[in-house]
Amino acid sequence: MSKENIYMPYMMRIEKVIEEAPFVRTFRLKFENEEEGKAFEFKTGQFGEYSVMGAGESTFCIASSPTRKGYIECTFRQTGRVTNALANMEEGNQIGFRGPYGNVFPIDEWKGKNLLFIAGGIALPPMRSVIWNCLDLRENFKDITIVYGAKSVADLVYKHELKEWEERPDVKLITTVDPGGETPDWKGQIGFVPTVLEQAAPSGNNTIAIVCGPPIMIKYTFPVLEKLGFTDENVYTTLENRMKCGFGKCGRCNVGKVYVCKDGPVFSLKEMKQLPAEY
Amino acid sequence: MIMTTENKILKKESFSTLIDKLISDQKKVLGPVKNGDLVDYALVNAASDLTDDYILTVSSAKSAAFPKIEKLLSFTNSKEGSTVTDVDFNNLPELVIVGARPCDANGFAALNAIFTWDYKDVIFTKRLEKTTVIGMSCSKCDDYCFCTSVGGNPGSTEGSDILLTRMGDGNYLAEIVTEKGSKFYEAYSMFFEPAGDQAKDSMLANVPVKFDHKEIVSKLDGFFESEVWAEQSMRCIGCGACAYVCPTCACFDIQDENKGKNGVRLRLWDSCGLSLFTLHTSGHNPREVQSQRWRQRILHKFSYMPDRLNVLGCVGCGRCSRACPADMNIIEHLSNLMEVKK
Repeated sequence: MSKENIYMPYMMRIEKVIEEAPFVRTFRLKFENEEEGKAFEFKTGQFGEYSVMGAGESTFCIASSPTRKGYIECTFRQTGRVTNALANMEEGNQIGFRGPYGNVFPIDEWKGKNLLFIAGGIALPPMRSVIWNCLDLRENFKDITIVYGAKSVADLVYKHELKEWEERPDVKLITTVDPGGETPDWKGQIGFVPTVLEQAAPSGNNTIAIVCGPPIMIKYTFPVLEKLGFTDENVYTTLENRMKCGFGKCGRCNVGKVYVCKDGPVFSLKEMKQLPAEY
Repeated sequence: MIMTTENKILKKESFSTLIDKLISDQKKVLGPVKNGDLVDYALVNAASDLTDDYILTVSSAKSAAFPKIEKLLSFTNSKEGSTVTDVDFNNLPELVIVGARPCDANGFAALNAIFTWDYKDVIFTKRLEKTTVIGMSCSKCDDYCFCTSVGGNPGSTEGSDILLTRMGDGNYLAEIVTEKGSKFYEAYSMFFEPAGDQAKDSMLANVPVKFDHKEIVSKLDGFFESEVWAEQSMRCIGCGACAYVCPTCACFDIQDENKGKNGVRLRLWDSCGLSLFTLHTSGHNPREVQSQRWRQRILHKFSYMPDRLNVLGCVGCGRCSRACPADMNIIEHLSNLMEVKK
């Protein structure tokens, strides 16, 4: 990778492909150039531009934790030109990656606190990075609760990891699917994330909430958190907007004067409330 | 680097021989050329291709450092993977822009602020480094011009390496503005003559001040929810022409183009006025209607850029108004903003 040309990607080898849900895959990516891999550093919450030469670039978070060295992972849903080209890639194939870009989840500030992760559907990937980051530093935090919902059982991503979190004594996992999305052997909850959250009623006392999901879920989750005693400074989310460059030049991800690529993607609810409704 | 301005005279005959000399020295010369009824920038083969009969060219000079289509990298795909090749920066041309109006010359400062914000975009900066701007003061203006309302003026040296002003006798007063201009002068000093006490002011167009840009900037803070955006943009058809002709619009798209195994990754001019600009793959669009895109255009230039980059995103050339097929006039709209309440 050229140090000068900021559009030059790292070349990454696809080490592993995991089918997560219909049209959703995870890639484990290794740096082709070992030196670059060793020098590469990122923090949880950051994102990158993933590319297939000839199809173009697409923006996703880094879905793995920085505590897991030697590789990065991304999870994407097959929807557009680039993600379809990515979906045609197999283990051993090569893709491009630029990054890391953006700000980070301030996990150092969360020491000694309870953590409540709330995610919906395909929004678990950005949260998975910070979940594993915190679980790998488990002694730094008190109770860890994860509330995760999807449209249907099939749409739940990271099924193998959900099982792992369920079995861990130091994690409380609540999974839910939308009414009608359950299967006969479904043992989790049935209902929308905000409703399930309200029933579970975790206390907002000394707790940080990290929320990520579709706009409708976010909209109904924030009031529930407020009711549970969470203050705006203690609620975090990560925003997504269409991007091309990832570093404040292409001009499309800004929400008012705030650039999601540079000032975000991680925002506290306090910061979110100061943003104009343009996301 | 700004230095003390040094004045010389470039005789009108010498102007043409200088341009021809530049071309014979293998420099690329970009200047105003007549094309039917229009005058636009083009690379010229001889000084005789140039015209001085223009108020402003159709397009701005920004393509000198920010081309409409720019290669970011090239690649070759094979079964084993992709070989990605960087841009060859050694082959960038030495470019001389002649006849850039002060507004156009000034536009490079705004572009430079964007392309060097934290991440230095060398694909832009290296082209700019290789570009010498020989500006040309304005002796005429039209109703679309408003440089004096946004901090410029028809004889401003900002952004020019050398600024020429046509004097009463047809010769040019040459103000050597920057170090780059000074180097250019040293290389071509044989074409210049010493200048006496010549003042250019009487030769300049009188561009009336329509509003105070500082007042606009301070007023727009907190103006996001105003109804004025919808009112003003009723006739906007979202074609993006304003952005294409603008000297400071830098928004771009990145697309791959390939033929078989070989291809290139390209940066292409884009516009916040286009409906697909912010469209998510999910179908969600944060700027769903034209008024939101118009608001972005104005706020980006007159609020976000001053706030984040300490530079105004407008040089007052008025090209957006001239190019608009729906006759949206930026002077009218900005003046209107000063009148409406928040």
